[in-house]
Amino acid sequence: MCEDCGCGDPALVPVEVQESLLAGNDRVARHNREHFLEHGVLALNLMGSPGSGKTALLEATARAHTGLRIAAVSGDLATDRDARRLEAAGIPARSITTGSACHLDAEMVHHALHHQALAGLDVFVVENVGNLVCPAVYDLGQNANVVVLSVTEGEDKPLKYPVMFRKADLVVLTKIDLLPHLDVSRAAIEDALARTMPEPAVIALSAKTGEGVERWVAWLAARHAGLAAGTAAAGS
Amino acid sequence: MHEMSIVQALLDRVEAEAEAHAASAVVVVRVAIGTQSGVEPDLVRSAFDLARAGTRCAEAELVIRSVEAVWACVACARPLAAGERLRCPRCGAPARLASGDEILLERLELEVA
Ligand SMILES: Nc1nc2c(ncn2[C@@H]2O[C@H](COP(=O)(O)OP(=O)(O)OP(=O)(O)O)[C@@H](O)[C@H]2O)c(=O)[nH]1
Ligand SMILES: [Mg+2]
Ligand SMILES: [Zn+2]
Ligand SMILES: [Zn+2]
Repeated sequence: MCEDCGCGDPALVPVEVQESLLAGNDRVARHNREHFLEHGVLALNLMGSPGSGKTALLEATARAHTGLRIAAVSGDLATDRDARRLEAAGIPARSITTGSACHLDAEMVHHALHHQALAGLDVFVVENVGNLVCPAVYDLGQNANVVVLSVTEGEDKPLKYPVMFRKADLVVLTKIDLLPHLDVSRAAIEDALARTMPEPAVIALSAKTGEGVERWVAWLAARHAGLAAGTAAAGS
Repeated sequence: MHEMSIVQALLDRVEAEAEAHAASAVVVVRVAIGTQSGVEPDLVRSAFDLARAGTRCAEAELVIRSVEAVWACVACARPLAAGERLRCPRCGAPARLASGDEILLERLELEVA
């Protein structure tokens, strides 16, 4: 009630909140991150357009005999195809069927962790839903964001989807075996990345021919070693 | 459309404040959304209109403050214009997004009977 005159009108009370609407997700993400750190597991949030080659990158990683023990979960709208492909390649994998959700959030990953033992693992990959917009918004508790960008997507994708690329710790430029067939310039892609990533890090490779895969494997090994040394930067 | 998840988090947060203050209704909801947050204000507005039925926000006014992206050099604080290479031309240090990535519930006005 209005306290000044007792007129009976409801009072308007201002309330200062100043809290991120992602605070709930971020709490669970921090919890996931503790799980990963506790087990010395490098957790990656693998993002990119539909069909950019996220699953193929992991298949190529398995073929490279890295010596790293890798497991994965795949965010898939309706199927478990990616998880089955990864299992066939020798990477233990489950799918997180998201239904209509266009991204994974920290809670979904936390739930998946109940089915995936982290003990004895080196790398845990979350293959996010193919989408350059929504997945970028949600922290999953990863140590690093890796964005798979295929050369067939054109040079302007970083400029059109700056949020995703700003948050990338590494961009894997895939399908470079197709460059001879395309009018796409590596320099133009790198220029677009320099306008969206403060510290651009790019590894170009072909999951098909295996060209460049050793640089990706070296990056994985270095990030994993950095974790153990306690020097890896926390994921953004 | 992840804006629906954002709006669900918004409604939950506002409901908790309304409960804590024993409010009969929420009159104004003020949020700030950065242009580099990955969230579209228009989609937030339509998701809000869909999801608020039956909550204390049913009649609330949603005010969205858009926050422009501000990039600045980490070393010398020189601001960089949008679309520039994100390296300071003066000292070579990488730029940081100083603001423009927020998705924030700023304040509410509650009706307390
Ligand atoms: N030529 C060539 N084709 C590739 C390469 N990487 C992936 N592909 C092909 O691109 C298509 C999509 O690859 P996926 O690995 O399924 O892509 P994805 O990003 O996992 O797709 P979603 O999970 O559905 O978003 C497949 O036909 C792959 O064979 C590559 O390096 N070179
Ligand atoms: Mg896939
Ligand atoms: Zn979305
Ligand atoms: Zn500077």
